[in-house]
Amino acid sequence: MSASILTVDDSQSLRVAVKIALTSVGYSVTEACDGAEGLHKASEGSFDLIITDLNMPVMDGLTMIESMRKVPKLAGVPIIFLTTESDAGMKQRAKTAGATGWVTKPFQPEGLVKIVKKVLGK
Amino acid sequence: MTTTPNAAPTAAQAHAEGEIEVLTFELQGEIFALEATLVREILDMSPLTAVPGAQRFASAVINFRGKVIPLADLRIAFGMPAEAATIDSRIVVIEIVIDGTPTLVGLLTDRVHEVTTLDLSNSEPPPSIGMRWRPDYIRCLVKRSGQFVILPSLDNIFASPKRGSKPQLVTAA
Amino acid sequence: MSDSTDPIAIFRTEADELLEKIEQGLLDLSVDPENKAILNDTFRSLHTLKGSGAMFGFDALAAFTHHCENAFDRIRKGEIRATEDLISVVLAAKDHMRALIEGGADLAHGAGLLARLEREVAIASGAAPAPEAPAADARVAWRIRFRLPLNALANGCNPLALLAEMRDLGEVRVVADAAAVPPLDSLEPTECHLAWTVDILTDKPRSAIEEVFIFVIDDMELAIEQVAAGDRPAVAEPAATATSVASPQPAQAAPAATASSQTTAAAPTGAGDARAPAGESVRVPAERLDELMDRVGELVIAQSRLSQIAASSLDLNLRAVSEDIERLSNELRNTMMVLRMVPVGTLFGRFRRLVHDLSRETGKSIALTTEGESTEVDKTVVERLADPLVHLVRNAVDHGLETPEQRAAAGKPETGQVRLSARQAGGEVVISISDDGRGIDRQRVREKAETQGLIVPGAKLSDQDVLQLIFQPGFSTAAAITNLSGRGVGMDVVKRTVEALRGSIDIATDMGRGADISLRIPLTLAIIDGLLVRVGTGRYVIPLSAVEECLELSVEEDLRSRGRSFLSVRDALVPYLRLRDVFATGTEPDRYQKVVVVSTGSERVGLVVDQIIGDHQTVIKAMSKLHEDVAMFSGATILGDGSVALILDVSHLVSVGQSQEAQLRAAG
Repeated sequence: MSASILTVDDSQSLRVAVKIALTSVGYSVTEACDGAEGLHKASEGSFDLIITDLNMPVMDGLTMIESMRKVPKLAGVPIIFLTTESDAGMKQRAKTAGATGWVTKPFQPEGLVKIVKKVLGK
Repeated sequence: MTTTPNAAPTAAQAHAEGEIEVLTFELQGEIFALEATLVREILDMSPLTAVPGAQRFASAVINFRGKVIPLADLRIAFGMPAEAATIDSRIVVIEIVIDGTPTLVGLLTDRVHEVTTLDLSNSEPPPSIGMRWRPDYIRCLVKRSGQFVILPSLDNIFASPKRGSKPQLVTAA
Repeated sequence: MSDSTDPIAIFRTEADELLEKIEQGLLDLSVDPENKAILNDTFRSLHTLKGSGAMFGFDALAAFTHHCENAFDRIRKGEIRATEDLISVVLAAKDHMRALIEGGADLAHGAGLLARLEREVAIASGAAPAPEAPAADARVAWRIRFRLPLNALANGCNPLALLAEMRDLGEVRVVADAAAVPPLDSLEPTECHLAWTVDILTDKPRSAIEEVFIFVIDDMELAIEQVAAGDRPAVAEPAATATSVASPQPAQAAPAATASSQTTAAAPTGAGDARAPAGESVRVPAERLDELMDRVGELVIAQSRLSQIAASSLDLNLRAVSEDIERLSNELRNTMMVLRMVPVGTLFGRFRRLVHDLSRETGKSIALTTEGESTEVDKTVVERLADPLVHLVRNAVDHGLETPEQRAAAGKPETGQVRLSARQAGGEVVISISDDGRGIDRQRVREKAETQGLIVPGAKLSDQDVLQLIFQPGFSTAAAITNLSGRGVGMDVVKRTVEALRGSIDIATDMGRGADISLRIPLTLAIIDGLLVRVGTGRYVIPLSAVEECLELSVEEDLRSRGRSFLSVRDALVPYLRLRDVFATGTEPDRYQKVVVVSTGSERVGLVVDQIIGDHQTVIKAMSKLHEDVAMFSGATILGDGSVALILDVSHLVSVGQSQEAQLRAAG
């Protein structure tokens, strides 16, 4: 069983880091490079999990999460955001917007996989 | 009016050994040369602000693009008479390292000539005798079209603690 | 935008913070070795450092840190104790980690540290009670009750996954509580009304259970309690397992659920929101702040040019715009000043480590107290004062504090006190270093200064003057130069640094009671309000904060006072300096000269100028290396017309005036 994951980040290197970490353990990963593209792809496709950066051009991560939660088919899809440890306030705001969990940046591949498994429930 | 010498050497213009790109200028009829890479800008004379109590060699400051930089007069270092500025006088702004700190300094010149190439293989060390100037202030002399071009040793000139007589002021106990 | 900068640079910044956290954690643990929260924090910092180090290619760092992380993992699991020696090794290891990041690490030193670490871990585990207890006996029974926030399902939280994760920890028994589920017709299917009670028998610590709920813990109801062994769940009890919870049949719920129970379910979410607005902050590299400061400085200069032009114009529109711009640039300037302010606490933090080390080196027992960490100062002050403060603290420990035996003999508690404090006083920040040691011996200071030729024997000096001698270059009262004070900067450098920040130093001391050295530093460094004056043809700025008053000096008074440069200001004689003479302008004095009376603390001097031009917002530019030796000026500034004006160094001029006064008095 291979879950399908959408990674939303304006930094290509981070998207690639996420993609490598997750494809290497058998997930399939789709990329989007800002909140607007993320929202569009999530509405069009069918994902088991969305991983997003918060600070992005065009549409930031918070807005994207809030918008996703208003789309019926996306309510309930786990959304993990990438954050830094110093962002306590941001963490709460992202959770209020409807995020499921977070991954602290910078992350190790194993750490990311662990969180993804945790949220997807194996 | 300001002009910027467009002679900053790039990797593509690497010179044969012994050749360096310089800016030549005049002080009291003598031709001096500075490595072009040191030069930041050439300015027309701008209003000077005298710094009371400073050594004569660097007795003023100027406003250079919002920065306050010292103005140095090589004529003092070389014991030349310091005459009033003329219409040809220019300030050459260079960046040198003083006591480990990169520092912008304006050099007073009587006239700026050109950016040119000097062949150091034609150079001579400063003669140890028979010269008006402190030999350690001169890096070398280069013969060029029948005239000696003086390459001053900026390191020594700016490192020297006593660059000239400094009026002693009342100091606190 | 985080990705526009170099990820390695980001890592370095983060590593700095982590190392700082680790150090603070270790120091806290040396006082409170059992503190679980600190143990966990420190472990996590080590873990993160290792992890991100590996991610960004700092493999040696990751490998080295791994060992410390392991040791801490064992400490936090209670397998070994955080002994003082163990903490000291990890502190030293933390320094090595920094070296591994910054480069220039000595690998042999690192290997030595690891060997020491291994040894200390072995010793610590030997001392720990029942280090290798059989796993079966180490199991503890926990009862966990939890209720997820109503919107948990909509937000992607999966209760099944949570229950599965708990099952991985040990044997579990799960009971679902559907009491709060509303009747079917009012049930919102995306809402989560169930609560659970989970009994679990595990050898994992409480933190492992908390970790299951990491993403929801702030917003949920969660109670984790240890229960007696008798309450241990029967291993294969079939009653209610996690799978039975999964059956999506909340409709069976008793219709008793009311609006009030919904309110309680929602309450924790509300509470979470109320907690939410924790200070949000943006991290900006210091250079960018400096650049911004430069731009603001240029704006202030341009604005004052505009004001000059507008003032001489009859165009009312121009004047109105000019006033708007003036107000805006003032506000911008003030905002900028605030941005540059950082709490002194960042400076104080590092002294805990220093004192810890000093205590070990000297064998003196020292307690460090800090106060006023939240006092804010310009960031430049923090940067520049770091080294001088280190020296003053070393000095207090080395020369001030006595050995425990000496203290006991003097009837003092054996532990010496060193206190660092900061407070704001008017336009200044006062940073004090005080100790309750032996105090400064004025007689010895005097004798020493006399033998060093710093003062003439028998010279009349005020008490403060005598004490200030310790800041003279070459002065040291230590009979033997010790390892501690022998290195680093000297007291004269402390004084020079403080003066370069336009500050001053006060000393207070009581023999046998201790000493207090207070550094007074102006709040802002980059822009000051100045008084623009003219002397001869030159224009100069006098910092307005130092100006007491401005008087007129009539020709008669000027003539009468020739040779005796004193001015009577309200019954007090104030020495004055004719700046025209001091600056050797070679110009004739104006007919109506002015005297600007300036002061530093209690001492005053009058500065005779030709003309007072007016107030001027002064963006301070440092003097270059070539003019560093010109003591009369503390900096320069650019005026509205683009020309440069020098800023007078008031404390220097006051001391010139005072010494002139002293000479005149001596001459009778």
